[in-house]
Amino acid sequence: MKPSDYKIAILGDKDSVTAFKALGLHCVAAENAQEAKRELRALSAAEEKFAIIYITEQLAQDIPEEVAAYREIAVPALILIPSKAGSLGLGSAALTQSAERAAGVKLF
Amino acid sequence: MATAIKPTRMELNRLRARLKTAVRGHSLLKDKRDELMRRFMLIVKENKSLREKVEERLAGAMASLSLASAIMSPEMLEQALLYPKRRVSVGLTYRNLMGVTVPEYEFHTEGNGDALPYGYAMTSGELDDAIVELTNTFTDMLELARVEKTVQLLAGEIEKTRRRVNALEYVMIPELQTNIKYIRMKLEENERGNITRLMKVKDAILAEAHSFS
Repeated sequence: MKPSDYKIAILGDKDSVTAFKALGLHCVAAENAQEAKRELRALSAAEEKFAIIYITEQLAQDIPEEVAAYREIAVPALILIPSKAGSLGLGSAALTQSAERAAGVKLF
Repeated sequence: MATAIKPTRMELNRLRARLKTAVRGHSLLKDKRDELMRRFMLIVKENKSLREKVEERLAGAMASLSLASAIMSPEMLEQALLYPKRRVSVGLTYRNLMGVTVPEYEFHTEGNGDALPYGYAMTSGELDDAIVELTNTFTDMLELARVEKTVQLLAGEIEKTRRRVNALEYVMIPELQTNIKYIRMKLEENERGNITRLMKVKDAILAEAHSFS
């Protein structure tokens, strides 16, 4: 394994996450905030490096501090995706927030 | 603060040099902010449309998956997906974007091209649909990760730069200017005081020499 080989993980409730296994992603199931926090820490500390961690919006909304902490770091990228239950609009909200931070005014 | 500075010529020169640097830094940072902002606006639009696309397609895949899990038993579903045929790995490189280091991903798939890791006998067609849709969406998801991370990092950098620009423009530069003005006034005042004193001394000396009244 080359040092530049990073992996991709996906963190979410079991039903939303299992299908991604077929794509060859590292799937981690977490059902509540506590588990999500623990798994996220485990992913960061893992020997295999993860370049991207996808996390379902449902989980992300329960651990806002952790998600915010990842915003400033280049690697790994913590990217919100909608879960099985549909989109909560958190990903778009985060985008709007980024734009607001940058411009200092509300953009869209 | 204006009261704490010494009104000397040396201090004046020092402050003038600082003001010059501050003004120059301000214009440089302003340029940096504007360019960062321009790039940010380009990429944020891309991010927005990409996110909408990914969310929509994932919702479709998840819907197929729900159908599949309704038809198949959970054990079967898990079994079907238990051993993936493919492994993904990501080559990570960095790109320097106006002094902001942003990650770039290069995506490798190991294993054969067929996305479905199971036989068709025990699984439902909806699962196939879901997996195929997920596979197709995945390229976009990866692109989303890159773009979104870039947006986040750029946003942070722009905020920092904007603060620096504002600090220079509204705090540093005005303060330096008032301090310089204060010293100049004070020095002029001293000068005037000195001249008056000289004139008085001259008058006194003249009065003594010519024994004027």
